[in-house]
Amino acid sequence: MEDFILRGKVVAVLGDNIDTDIIYPGRYLNITDKKDTAEHAFELAYPEIKKKMEPGDFIVAAKNFGCGSSREQATAALKYSGFGGVIASSFARIFFRNSLNLGLPLISSQDAYKVIKEGDELEIDLLKGIINDKTSNTQIIASPLDEKAVLYLKEGGLIPYLRKKYSKK
Amino acid sequence: MGMTIAEKILARASGKEKVKPDEVVVAKVDVAMSHENADVVRKSFIEIGVEKVWDPKKIVIIFDHRVPAESERTATTHKAVREFVKSQGIKNFYDVGKGGICHQVLPEKGHIFPGAVVVGTDSHTTTHGAFGAFALGIGATEMAGVWTEGELWFKVPHTIKIVCDGEFNPGIYAKDLILYIIGKIKADGADYRAVEFTGSTIENMSIASRMVICNLSMEMGAKVAFTPVDKKVIEYIHQRRKDWSFDHNLKADDDAVYEKVIHIDVTNEIKEPQIACPHSVDNVKNLSEVGDLIIHQGVIGSCTNGRLEDLAEAAQILKNRKVHPDVRLIIIPASQEVYLEALNRGYIQTFIEAGAMINPSGCGPCVGVHQGILAAGEVCISSTNRNFIGRMGSKDSFVYLASPAVVAASSITGKLTNPINLK
Repeated sequence: MEDFILRGKVVAVLGDNIDTDIIYPGRYLNITDKKDTAEHAFELAYPEIKKKMEPGDFIVAAKNFGCGSSREQATAALKYSGFGGVIASSFARIFFRNSLNLGLPLISSQDAYKVIKEGDELEIDLLKGIINDKTSNTQIIASPLDEKAVLYLKEGGLIPYLRKKYSKK
Repeated sequence: MGMTIAEKILARASGKEKVKPDEVVVAKVDVAMSHENADVVRKSFIEIGVEKVWDPKKIVIIFDHRVPAESERTATTHKAVREFVKSQGIKNFYDVGKGGICHQVLPEKGHIFPGAVVVGTDSHTTTHGAFGAFALGIGATEMAGVWTEGELWFKVPHTIKIVCDGEFNPGIYAKDLILYIIGKIKADGADYRAVEFTGSTIENMSIASRMVICNLSMEMGAKVAFTPVDKKVIEYIHQRRKDWSFDHNLKADDDAVYEKVIHIDVTNEIKEPQIACPHSVDNVKNLSEVGDLIIHQGVIGSCTNGRLEDLAEAAQILKNRKVHPDVRLIIIPASQEVYLEALNRGYIQTFIEAGAMINPSGCGPCVGVHQGILAAGEVCISSTNRNFIGRMGSKDSFVYLASPAVVAASSITGKLTNPINLK
């Protein structure tokens, strides 16, 4: 993360409105340790994703990824499963904030889901906002990360940031 | 240039005279609400390493998602939160049997006021815009930050104004109006935006109906939603709150700037009940377009539609009728207060005589945990707020969202039914 370059392959290309119940079913919301949420990521709707994925892999989707509930377990399940990040046309608001806070990289790119195929190898420059699809040899424009995202990704999320802030006092 | 309601509240809460859309501000939080996920917040808070929460008086914790505890795991998290609440001196704690669904209990117990900045670890926190609060859902770790600092950064949202005029046709309710709007502007149509609802339809609505509108605005992505602060709102709050030092005249400036203005002619545009079909809330159709639909379960309840007026509507339809032999009708009063009043008015007796089952006040099957889970292939008609894949049980079950009146009527006939056609 030091250089803000991510590398990995695409494990799935999904559609619009991938909601938080799809990402993390409500029945497991009484799991309150973030790391323990990982085993239930995509469990009901797309169980094959977890079986296929390798650490660092990306999810690609169309618009409004993460819509629905405020459950932070949806972000935690992706982060602690080892996903490298999510690339989508747009993200729902609370999921976006949760991902900032837990340090899961989200990459906004209008057209990525149309161009990128499952299995493609990607190299993403988070600061410049460039997705390099090495399999198809294409460059795709993304939005560069905003200031808060850079800060929290550097610190490892909101908790380490606040821990540092308050341990100084 | 004037300000919208969202801009006014964020300006006050961040100590500025004026704010503009897209500006980032740090605002003081007036109410910080959590339910069972207070246990996730608690763990993040402990990780941050601060000993005491910033202000125990501003934190409200209400158990509703799994009440009473449905498993040992939940019982353990409930217990941990109870101990934390005691150790931190948090007095506003509504345990099993003491409150009900968080978005009903917060205003009912006087925690909400116009102009307040309200954050909740629940997406439907937008409900409290019905009282003029800047109210929105946040995640658990963000809440741990609020418990630590008492403030939070916000990007000032652009505001969409939705003007609704006209009277409802018979059998049409606030639920139909908001489903109609979501169907029109879609699940991301108000992403990151504030929404102000105005017009005669909204002004004539009860508080409970306005709560339906603000509650479901979340399903089109709204960050916050508002209905007008008027005499009805002020009266409601005066009855329930000791501190009246809030802005009694909160409203947008006449020259406020809106990103978009949408007009809805309620009488002419909405002639039939609106149904949100599987598996997204914006997949909205007129009831007659859905066609023949056999149902196995009906649910009347949730933070969306479990209030007294919803139960009154259902009771009127179910009086001297029977729930279809092949249907389970589950009714969940939104709070203990609503439950008691429904009991006093005889609604509960009507429901039981009709063959419905009453669940304890809480979220019940809406989050797919307990008290009415669906099997594969089953269809549920529900007054709740989400119909996502697996939301209420099996990934191969189907949830259709509708008004309480449609749920009641359909539970009698065993198939999707317009209440005005009930014989």
